[in-house]
Amino acid sequence: MSKAAATLELVRDGDGPHPPYLYPDYRSTELRAPKRPQLLLPHTLSELTGPIYGHDSVAELDHDLTRQHEGEPLGERIIVTGRVTDSAGRPVRSGLIEIWQANGAGRYRHDVDRHPAPIDPNFTGAGRCLTDDDGNYRFVTVKPGAYPWRNHPNAWRPAHIHLSLFGRAFTNRLVTQMYFPGDPLFEFDPIFQSVRDPKARERLICDFDLETTVPEWALAYRFDIVLGGPAETPLEP
Amino acid sequence: MITPSQTVGPYFTLGLLDSNELVPGGLRITGRVLDGGGEPVPDAIVEIWQADEEGRYRPDFGWGRSGCDDDGRYRFATCKPGAVEGQAPHLTMMVFARGLLKPVLTRMYFPDEEEANARDPVLSALDDASTLVARSVEDGLEFDVRLQGERETVFFAV
Repeated sequence: MSKAAATLELVRDGDGPHPPYLYPDYRSTELRAPKRPQLLLPHTLSELTGPIYGHDSVAELDHDLTRQHEGEPLGERIIVTGRVTDSAGRPVRSGLIEIWQANGAGRYRHDVDRHPAPIDPNFTGAGRCLTDDDGNYRFVTVKPGAYPWRNHPNAWRPAHIHLSLFGRAFTNRLVTQMYFPGDPLFEFDPIFQSVRDPKARERLICDFDLETTVPEWALAYRFDIVLGGPAETPLEP
Repeated sequence: MITPSQTVGPYFTLGLLDSNELVPGGLRITGRVLDGGGEPVPDAIVEIWQADEEGRYRPDFGWGRSGCDDDGRYRFATCKPGAVEGQAPHLTMMVFARGLLKPVLTRMYFPDEEEANARDPVLSALDDASTLVARSVEDGLEFDVRLQGERETVFFAV
């Protein structure tokens, strides 16, 4: 084994659908982007295994961000559903999804956020759920607002929800952002634009989903997610 | 086509809660995440994945997550993993941060395993593996992650 792995393949940054580490339009990448080429790891058990979450790790209402406080948050109530699969197209079962977002006014409930938009006492902006046996998930929340940031003069982030996902293996981990269709801020946002392939960028935009909409209650959006990394199942040790 | 990565941004502590006591009172592993200017990265989040003491990967043990303090320091309490598949004992580590459009993936090895480290298929394939071996300190191990610069940590792809 040590002989076979004695030379590890080099991987050039920016290949594939993920953004490069260094994307100067997003200023914070300048001092944080690694500069050396990466080495491709052999797929050992370390790369092919990961934690498995039980249903006791998520509480019943964790997926509903509109029911975490005494009253309902302000804003446009929405349902977000989707399916998580691996790169071989198989469903990711019992995968933990964690989300966080700004409120309907574009303000995060976080000390670092100084945007002078109102905090909503009925909205924390964090939720979690597990995918079901077919890889499906569902959240109820309010549509987040756009907000300014200081990357460049008059910089605004398009409305988005942050998602963190676990697959079968730890190396399938994905943290991404889900955007809403037709946002006029897309072309000015360096974080969205850091994904250089326009087709890959489209994967970050959810679809309006009339079928899942609940009449007279909430609109719905669909966001399917495909995890990268190893898709094989580890052999029994 | 796989879904592209995006940065965790500055507000991740809202949704990504710490879970850094894998073994309460156990082996202390700490270190700092540093940027290309040698400055701490306080808005980084470090995750680990490891085998148990017997070298078994278990679905119910081995994952941890720690945010960083103002000094860029993360902290875990865990156990030293056993050797797996002829590899030297190691932790898999992933770091997310504002300014990182996708995470960095690395491995932390143990300083008291010189022989096993010398035979390890990953370490022995590197020209300079020194950034991947933790330092012994008084109360545990110290392992810094340098995102950029002269002593940039060796990062991997899968």
